[in-house]
Amino acid sequence: MKLRPLLFGLALVAVLALPFLTDLALGRSWVRLLDFALLYAMLALGLNIVVGYAGLLDLGYVAFYAVGAYLYAMLASPHIGMHLPLWVLLPGGALLAAAFGALLGAPTLGLRGDYLAIVTMGFGEIIRIFLRNLNVTNGPAGIDLIDPIQMGNFSFSATHRLFGLVIPGIYNYYFLFLGLTVLIVLMSRRLEGSRIGRAWAAIREDEIAARAMGLNTKNLKLLAFAMGATFGGISGVLFAGFQGFVSPESFTMNESVMILCMVVLGGMGHLNGVLLGAILLAILPEAFRPLAQLQQQTFGEVYLDPASLRMLLFAVALIAVMILRPEGLWPSPVRKRELHASEEDNASTPDADPAPGGAA
Amino acid sequence: MSALLRATGVGKRFGGLSALGEVSFSIPQGAIYGLIGPNGAGKTTFFNLLTGIYTPDEGGFEFDGAPLPGAPHAVCARGIARTFQNIRLFASMTALENVMVGRHVRTRAGLFSAIFRPGSERAEERAIRARALELLDFVGIAHRAQEVSRHLSYGDQRRLEVARALATEPRLLALDEPAAGMNSTETAALGVLLQKIRAKGVTILLIEHDVKLVMGLCDRVAVLEYGRLIAEGPPEQVQHDPRVIEAYLGAEAGA
Repeated sequence: MKLRPLLFGLALVAVLALPFLTDLALGRSWVRLLDFALLYAMLALGLNIVVGYAGLLDLGYVAFYAVGAYLYAMLASPHIGMHLPLWVLLPGGALLAAAFGALLGAPTLGLRGDYLAIVTMGFGEIIRIFLRNLNVTNGPAGIDLIDPIQMGNFSFSATHRLFGLVIPGIYNYYFLFLGLTVLIVLMSRRLEGSRIGRAWAAIREDEIAARAMGLNTKNLKLLAFAMGATFGGISGVLFAGFQGFVSPESFTMNESVMILCMVVLGGMGHLNGVLLGAILLAILPEAFRPLAQLQQQTFGEVYLDPASLRMLLFAVALIAVMILRPEGLWPSPVRKRELHASEEDNASTPDADPAPGGAA
Repeated sequence: MSALLRATGVGKRFGGLSALGEVSFSIPQGAIYGLIGPNGAGKTTFFNLLTGIYTPDEGGFEFDGAPLPGAPHAVCARGIARTFQNIRLFASMTALENVMVGRHVRTRAGLFSAIFRPGSERAEERAIRARALELLDFVGIAHRAQEVSRHLSYGDQRRLEVARALATEPRLLALDEPAAGMNSTETAALGVLLQKIRAKGVTILLIEHDVKLVMGLCDRVAVLEYGRLIAEGPPEQVQHDPRVIEAYLGAEAGA
């Protein structure tokens, strides 16, 4: 019993020390990678609400990330000369993304599975193409010189000193993102165990039964879309401030698919799994970089260009995980049982439909 | 006895095929009412119309003096809960969670109370859990509360569906072939459970193939054949109706 707080304390110290240690061991670019991993974690947690909790397959999730990012980029840069503070733009981005979430949700309420996936994919592309072609978003060139994130007089991009420790901007962002990730995890956990979370799960399991049990599935699905989009919008705002530059190229369908992979590979509907999936998939492509160099050393020539090679390896790793552990790397106990149960006792419950979520 | 549910000229077409036509009858308050008929007679179609899953092409329903709304969740909120012929539980949720979902329509906590957990939300969650456990106990599967529902035995799954439906506080409980696939001991136990539910003041509408169960349990019976109502009345009267004997009992005896 006394072990838990001790473990928690150790984990806390490890997480706080991580940027310092990473910097020492691997260099500053890896700290930057950690920052991105946390941004992806927030995105994956948001998508997890839609896909993992409510069982709605969304392939255009990156649109909400884009909405948040462009809101911050446009209203906190020389682009139109406005420099609104974070405390306006962070909730603003969250709300705007939620509105877009509802906008996407409304026409898709009657759709499920493959059909929903296609419509959401289209939605994601529409947003990207708008951003690419509108004048207010500066078209394909994107927006640069975006204000770094600032709270009061504290600029996250500047180097600060605390008790003799030198803390560069890239560390500040790490701690900011970490704090918000923790907040989103806590919110997700509370949602999952609430009346609303149970209703989402019921819709995921059997929509007709859910409606017959008095669940207003339309409103509940809209709520899931909006809630998931909120987290996407928040990460978008942070991304724009962190990166200092946004362009439509950051919000392609590839990104949506990547975020979905994080959720599915980690373990749909299970917070620890989703976090693990996000961090792994954010870091793996970089981790494979040395392998590309190894190729040149071994064969003396470059047969596959390094970028393709590491994406190839990455894809192989994804396929391997999905074949060997279809329930995800760290699934919730329920889903694990579910997937293994459907193999074992299909015969004993011939009437029960196979779970629709499992194959998604 | 006053009528709790009144069906007036209810009809439904699928393409050119009339699945149900001109079905009118009333279910008295507090009754156990049977709806029987051969396979394909339109019993389940009637259920789906009643619970808002389909919209009737003709006629409609009056529940407790006012017309029924269209959407399934609104019908449930008005006080009609159902079970399904092919059990439709929330398969990977526990028995307890299944019943807790049933409480949704009678509780209020929204997104913000889920996140901020004020005292009212925690009290409501406690009440939901307590009521769900009570209902599991009422149908006799309290010891299975933490079991994932797809792992329950067939009979227990049927009972769980009843408990989930009861959690919505229905005034009319509509059961679609609850005894299907049960052995005679389980069927007898089901009869006892239905009597217990009726004693709590819940009116029951029962679709059933098991004629013995229906005749022994129901106060009134309606008989459907090819989507038309061919007889309605107390069981002993319906049982001796020549049209019923020919169409339904006769057909079954000949088969």
